[in-house]
Amino acid sequence: MSEPAISIRNLSKRYRLGTIGRQTLIDETKYWWHKLRGRDPRQAFEKIGYSATERRRVEAEQAGSHEFWALRDVSFDVQPGEVIGIIGRNGAGKSTLLKVLSRITEPTAGEVELRGRIGSLLEVGTGFHPELTGRENVFMNGTILGMKEREVARKLDEIVAFAEIEKFIDTPVKRYSSGMYVRLAFAVAAHLEPEILIVDEVLAVGDAEFQSKCLGRMADVSKEGRTILFVSHNMAAIQSLCSRAVLLQGGQCAMVGSVQETTEAYLRTHLPKAAHLPIGERTDRGGDGQVRFTAYRILNERNLEIGAAQSGETITIELDFEKKTSGDAPCSLYMQVANEKRQRMFLCFSRISHPGVLRMGHRGTVRLTIPHLPLLPGRYFVHLSCKVGKALADELIDGVEFDVVEGDFFGTGKLRGRGGESGILVAHHWEVVGGE
Amino acid sequence: MQKTVIRANSPWWRIPFREIWEYRDLLMLWVRRDLTAVYRQTIIGPLWFVIQPLLTTIVFTVIFGAVAKISTDGIPHFIFYMSGTIFWNYFQGVLNHGATSLVSNTNILTKVYFPRLIMPLSGVFIQFAHLALNSVVFLGIYFWFLYHGTAMEPNRWVFFLPVLILQTGLLGLGFGLWVSAATIKYRDLRFALPFLVQLWMYGTPIVYPAKLVVKPLLKWALWLNPMTAVVEFSRYALTSRGSPELWGLGLSWGVTLLVLVSGLFLFNKVQRTFVDTI
Repeated sequence: MSEPAISIRNLSKRYRLGTIGRQTLIDETKYWWHKLRGRDPRQAFEKIGYSATERRRVEAEQAGSHEFWALRDVSFDVQPGEVIGIIGRNGAGKSTLLKVLSRITEPTAGEVELRGRIGSLLEVGTGFHPELTGRENVFMNGTILGMKEREVARKLDEIVAFAEIEKFIDTPVKRYSSGMYVRLAFAVAAHLEPEILIVDEVLAVGDAEFQSKCLGRMADVSKEGRTILFVSHNMAAIQSLCSRAVLLQGGQCAMVGSVQETTEAYLRTHLPKAAHLPIGERTDRGGDGQVRFTAYRILNERNLEIGAAQSGETITIELDFEKKTSGDAPCSLYMQVANEKRQRMFLCFSRISHPGVLRMGHRGTVRLTIPHLPLLPGRYFVHLSCKVGKALADELIDGVEFDVVEGDFFGTGKLRGRGGESGILVAHHWEVVGGE
Repeated sequence: MQKTVIRANSPWWRIPFREIWEYRDLLMLWVRRDLTAVYRQTIIGPLWFVIQPLLTTIVFTVIFGAVAKISTDGIPHFIFYMSGTIFWNYFQGVLNHGATSLVSNTNILTKVYFPRLIMPLSGVFIQFAHLALNSVVFLGIYFWFLYHGTAMEPNRWVFFLPVLILQTGLLGLGFGLWVSAATIKYRDLRFALPFLVQLWMYGTPIVYPAKLVVKPLLKWALWLNPMTAVVEFSRYALTSRGSPELWGLGLSWGVTLLVLVSGLFLFNKVQRTFVDTI
């Protein structure tokens, strides 16, 4: 086996919090003045957190600690030619890891060995100057990313063709549309020939067609035996590109494994927090109390509990219930799924959609399965109620809540891109008939 | 295959000269980008860089020459003030470029890696282009004065002028590195800088000859300012007038190297993690 392309050993990164807010000499004086009078100097500063404010950082500051570990003892290897995904929630340390790997900032402890030329793509269009033409910016950008001037010259035609901006290459980029801008920027980075490519969520920009072109380009790059480190919130993109994935949680490496296992573990991190009152203990409920829902779980196809579902996957909502009487009266269940603004998305009503009659015993579990979940990414809330006979037995507004993340609903491998609102996806197909 | 090792606390004294050399294409493009962008944005383009020192010289000629009647060692006022102004502008330009290089390019520096020293270093070249342009104008005026038989003549020291220009660049770079490292910690330093530089200019024999300063202590202080030797020697080279002090030149180089080397080390130390605090 060859040597790993990237080997990370006990990588840690600490941010000091005591220095927060002291960016000027005046702040510094204020800080010492407070200290001198025996007060907590941090009270003098309303602004907590750095430019990229993360909740964890602010929480650590408020808890009174003076430092914050964005990364702690992270270790893993990446083999040459491997495409590895880095996943984790916001503030888990993904960006910090990329910053350290692409040498933008230095680690506090630990070591990284990289074999091969590194190209990092943390944001497209870095260093673009609006006054300069597309051509001049390609040279500028290429050399910033580590290419030699003549390498850029050799690749110029290819880059321009990929970006589809042949006509405008000598126009200042300030006159470009944002789409053209992004296309050109990605084209430069995609044609850089590093042995190790570090990519942050750049794929989230641009239209779907361009996205799939980018994904295709990345797949090509990996086929050429280059190593790619890919960070994304987009599980579908991770699943289609990567063979392995690393799950970061609170700055630590929670898991390294196959994409399937890791993404499942990641979706589980979306589970509602313990702070939520269990639904069985909620008092803000309707109905006569004949039935009481006590707990719920969201499961995926493989019956594993998840907190976030992917668009297009099969999910099951399980509801545990207790019933006071075990009579034979037919029951009906009603679940209305709404988005964050509480606009109704769809309704599952057993009286219409269930062929037979539902009967509920003393205690048990109701399972509602939705194949091919038709929801766009976002947070959703379920208004649930249950009738026994004609009497409302239990009703909970926002009884169930869950997140939906990007998924390949249409089975085309193309993704929707960032910035949509919650909403419904509908299966459909296109064709063109007639014509010359 | 290229192997990169990223470690905590990389030594501050190891300046990545080899890496900078590998990125020389970027350095040159950076210089070109700055120049073309600057020239394209302004209406009168490069002319601005000629007009600015000319206007300064005219103002000095009127205020310090005609009104205050400060001695110029018998050198034509225009030549006296303009030679000093050109060197000072170069120094100040490199210094300002270096001082703001980290803070004003954060959007790039937080996204991509390249040797950070490229940024302040590019100022030495960008400002040199302006200096070259100004020198052409200056030499035209200089030769006009020579042709009309003004009492001044160049001497062997003119061959030393390139060394003085280099020294000015290095000096500006050295101080620029110091200030840029300090502005990472204290942002308001940036606002104080123009004022300090202005004061400094009056501490340099630009509107007065060094000869005027006679008190031993003041004289020492004047020559401790590394720009004093640069201005005095360049004037002497072109006119054979003034009071060049060889010991002052040595002292000036000593200060220059000290500032430059310490600036490089300090900058190298700060650049490792500066993105964490901006």
